Amino acid sequence: MTLNLRPNLARPDDFYEALIDMHRDLSDAQSQSANAQLILLLANHIGDHATLLEAMRIAREGVVGPGSAP
Amino acid sequence: MTIDYQRLRFDYRRAAEQAAGAAMRVHPVVVVGAGPVGLATAIDLAQRGIDVVLVDDDDSLSSGSRAICFSKRSLDIFDRLGCGEAMVEKGVRWHVGKVFLKDELVYSFDLLPESGHCRPAFINLQQYYVEGFLIERARQLRNLDIRWKNKVVGIERDDDASDGMASVTLAIETPDGEYALQARYVVAADGSRSPLRRLLGLESHGRTFKDRFLIADIKMEADFPTERWFWFDPPFHPNQSVLLHRQPDNVWRIDFQLGWDADPVLEKTPERVIPRVRALLGPDVAFEIEWVSVYTFSCLRMDSFRHGNVLFAGDAAHGVSPFGARGANSGVQDAENLAWKLEMVLAGRAPDRLLDSYAREREYAADENILNSTRSTDFITPKSAVSRVFRDAVLTLARRYDFARRLVNSGRLSVPAVLRDSTLNTPDRDRFDGGLVPGAVCVDAPVLRDGEPDWLLAHLGGRFTVLSFAAASGIDPNERAAIDRARSMGVPIDVVVIEPHASLEASRAPRGLALADGVAAIGGKRLIDAEGRVAERYDALPGTAYLLRPDQHVCARWRRMQPADIADALARALGRSA
Repeated sequence: MTLNLRPNLARPDDFYEALIDMHRDLSDAQSQSANAQLILLLANHIGDHATLLEAMRIAREGVVGPGSAP
Repeated sequence: MTIDYQRLRFDYRRAAEQAAGAAMRVHPVVVVGAGPVGLATAIDLAQRGIDVVLVDDDDSLSSGSRAICFSKRSLDIFDRLGCGEAMVEKGVRWHVGKVFLKDELVYSFDLLPESGHCRPAFINLQQYYVEGFLIERARQLRNLDIRWKNKVVGIERDDDASDGMASVTLAIETPDGEYALQARYVVAADGSRSPLRRLLGLESHGRTFKDRFLIADIKMEADFPTERWFWFDPPFHPNQSVLLHRQPDNVWRIDFQLGWDADPVLEKTPERVIPRVRALLGPDVAFEIEWVSVYTFSCLRMDSFRHGNVLFAGDAAHGVSPFGARGANSGVQDAENLAWKLEMVLAGRAPDRLLDSYAREREYAADENILNSTRSTDFITPKSAVSRVFRDAVLTLARRYDFARRLVNSGRLSVPAVLRDSTLNTPDRDRFDGGLVPGAVCVDAPVLRDGEPDWLLAHLGGRFTVLSFAAASGIDPNERAAIDRARSMGVPIDVVVIEPHASLEASRAPRGLALADGVAAIGGKRLIDAEGRVAERYDALPGTAYLLRPDQHVCARWRRMQPADIADALARALGRSA
């Protein structure tokens, strides 16, 4: 299994709204905890180790790699 | 009368070398350090008929309980050393661990979920008992010379002796002054602060963790079950972790995480310890404090466990955090790996490079232990804010979801390393399922011997052993030829033949007789697979055979034997062929 980077979300705008909504009225610490729990839940759902490593690599590159966000 | 092992003192005696005009003798092996690892090494060597000198700078056993969790593998090794029974009898057996978040149970594990093993997954036993029982065994061995109050203060390696016999000379300080002690090989089992390591200018590398822990051994009558209990953030010790473990003599080990800022001197005082213990136990439980210690720990190892004819073992060679019980247990495995190799090399049955395999195999095992120990430590003591966030997220999810419980890491408890990539292994030619790959340690199973219940592991190890699963037709002629050929190599080989249980009935039949004759012809020992567990655990079919090392690791296995197979595998396992 490889990480699917093509559009795959059934309802992209609804998903994004729900993601932001998940953090409504949370403190920064609570938001951090919710994000961490979300990552763990999704990681378990994916299961495949190589796929998870690929996602982590891309996420880290988005921060410290070439062309990363300022 | 019971012996108070904590108060035992051993008599210093002048060594033969200290007598005026004594001739210098080169001992085959000197072991430095009479802790569990040094004692196990010395006993194993002495049982193999090698004269051993064991020196220790002190004259007493471990002060405080220190290592308390001894694994099944260590017990199997102690059985072979002749003192396993005493340990199991005195020790507290346990196999269940529970993890709590605050006051809620989030995870529970069973370390030995299947039956049919002689020894339990773990016993808890104070280190001074383990050392005491080992010393009682050591004293029965006339070729094992224990020298108390013999402190190593100097070392000189002679790696290129003109006669080809490399040796090591130790300067030993005693109450009667210094003397020189010379040996072909020196085993440095002198602990985490290893003076030998320092004297040779060597170092151990790794990580030291910025956290402090308090050990309080307390004596009390309590009705906690005999389980390992670990709390994250309990109400009685908020924001930190606590571990509770039972030891013999109504002693309980409580391990409190204190954080890096704690004052190690102040925290050892009764004024600080008693309220912490009382917070856990409640106000009405009476207890006495047996032993208190505040510690930090490191995960580290020496780059190489072999330096010429000096071999490092146990804490001297590697260090781990205590959460996996991987310190003393891995050290005892070092001892067992080293002893038979030293025997083979000293007897001229294997080249000196067999000892390189000791270093490589146990460095690999140390890396595995350090990896597991570091991961546990990172979970228990998160190093960064985000690491803490994930740790707490795991614990939160673990209250409700099984998947997250698998991520909770309060220590992954010691199991022996599978030496999968060892050069001593012969790769499988035939197809096998199951975990007993070349490099793995044999597993136990119930057997019958002469109609009496017995255990498989009691009959394996000590020497190289062929474990043969009999076909109904008897011993395969190829296998017989293979055993004969291997035996011509000058290395003693035991043969253990496993017969299926049904053959009990058939033993009067002619083919049963043929089997009996066949087993007798190869000098084999017959064991009955009482419950079919041996064949199951070794994925055996009639005709399957294993070659096992003296330390009960699998060297090779075959479905159908060729006449050269055992000899070839034996040559590899002795380091004779690359």
